[in-house]
Amino acid sequence: MLMEVRGLTHVYSAGTPFEKIAVDGLDLDLEAGTVVGLIGHTGSGKSTLIQHLNALLKPTSGAVLLHGEDIFASKTSMYKTRFRVGLVFQYPEYQLFEETVYRDIAFGPKNQKLPDEQIDIRVRGAMAFVGLPEDILEKSPLDLSGGQKRRVAIAGVLAMDPELLILDEPTAGLDPAGREELLQNLFHWREAMEATILLVTHDMSAAARCDSLVVLDRGRAVMRGAPAEVFAHGETLQSLGLDLPEAAHIAMLLRERGVDIPSDVYTLDRLREAILALRTRKEGAAC
Amino acid sequence: MKPFISLENITFSYPDAARPALDGVTLDIYPGSFVAVLGANGSGKSTLAKHLNAILLPTSGRVLVDGMDTASPENLIPIRRRVGMVFQNPDNQIVANVVEDDVAFAPENLGVEPAEIRRRVDDALNAVGMSAFAMHAPHLLSGGQKQRIAIAGVLAMRPQVLVLDEPTAMLDPRGRREVMDTVEALCREQGITVVLITHHMEEAARADRVVVMAKGKPVMDGAPRTIFPRAGELRALQLDVPGATELVRGLNAAGMTLPADILTPAECAAAISEALQC
Repeated sequence: MLMEVRGLTHVYSAGTPFEKIAVDGLDLDLEAGTVVGLIGHTGSGKSTLIQHLNALLKPTSGAVLLHGEDIFASKTSMYKTRFRVGLVFQYPEYQLFEETVYRDIAFGPKNQKLPDEQIDIRVRGAMAFVGLPEDILEKSPLDLSGGQKRRVAIAGVLAMDPELLILDEPTAGLDPAGREELLQNLFHWREAMEATILLVTHDMSAAARCDSLVVLDRGRAVMRGAPAEVFAHGETLQSLGLDLPEAAHIAMLLRERGVDIPSDVYTLDRLREAILALRTRKEGAAC
Repeated sequence: MKPFISLENITFSYPDAARPALDGVTLDIYPGSFVAVLGANGSGKSTLAKHLNAILLPTSGRVLVDGMDTASPENLIPIRRRVGMVFQNPDNQIVANVVEDDVAFAPENLGVEPAEIRRRVDDALNAVGMSAFAMHAPHLLSGGQKQRIAIAGVLAMRPQVLVLDEPTAMLDPRGRREVMDTVEALCREQGITVVLITHHMEEAARADRVVVMAKGKPVMDGAPRTIFPRAGELRALQLDVPGATELVRGLNAAGMTLPADILTPAECAAAISEALQC
């Protein structure tokens, strides 16, 4: 197991009237080489949780193990974790600060104290993974479009070659084509580097493509499983303030009307096939 | 009917840009209508929005708001009173430590009488369903609630037009629904003209009219039911089609005869279950 989260609890402002339990005894396993989706409404504890996974926040109680070792064991282990677990915050384009795109992406590997040739390979490799052309390397990040800035910020984390990449709403604010392209780039990177991804998202079309999903509510994991298993519980997801993929939503409404659609259908292709199969059956029956 | 805002063949170029952001836009916005503007990133839709209340002035052509040219400096304040803007990030739009102070900020600056300010703040908070939070601290509210406070702050100026530039982009599904329900009610119940810039097709589907922008120009313009069935064209412009419309298209291609102008999951489920009945 790449990462194991055990009984993680985080309490903000403990002992004051503003005390808030943001993460509440959470267990989570991240298996190496998988893409795990983390979904939950604003305030469900997602952001607090992910800041523990690269040792930015210390838990009130519980543990985070990376390859079986407690990341909070020492200052050294916390520091090392930050290079092995890459965290891309929401709207990361607001955090670009260097004078050129090259220097911004090189910032992480430089801190890793890599030799210059190695840094150069990392920077160019990361640019290629996020689909940025090399002719922008010497430009100021401030002169780029919003979508390009986002990709520079993500490339800066990829350049550290993390084993686990955590992204908080990486597709927010992008147009449909931009969302699709970024997801494909990330999935391709994961495959090429044999890395692991934890994707925090409200975008159900992105969630539908993960290997497994964890649904967070009030700091606890209230559902987990493959997308088909999670999306079969449409009413529960809606009651938690979450969306369903549109195909799963239509399938749920059809079941409510007595149409026999299997509960594990959540893509438009499978839904179309299921409906056409019912139509064929109906034509075969005498009625 | 006379349009409230008219864009007359406007172009706009940002400094040093290779091509104009707006390239000959002619568009009339009618009072009381709900217009959604769609388009890929870089299609010019945010630039267009900023022309509707003189944040940007056209390089050529002209914009008339209630008959006033946005290029004349003396029209600036009356135009800003008529056309209010709400942006993507609610945190950048909230200035005060108490919700009702925040909503009162603009009318106070306009020198409105205190009794009138009180009335406007109450009305605005009521209109966005946030009266119960009048004395709360904005930073402790959810994203959807903050965005509704930002909308209330604009409503307190009593504008005739509300322009929203991707107001739900940073919100979770619940927050998105809260904001969209609020925006739709303002148009339907209070007659406020709404111009909504969005990437979300299901939000655009709630409008009366959808304008699709590409390369700085409107390329499609019509009711959602006439726009969304044109899946091939939308995809070529890097846009999505609502899943319900897409499903119906696939089923009809396989020989079913469902209405092609279906937009929502509920309509879709109703039509399919009817078609499958004996």
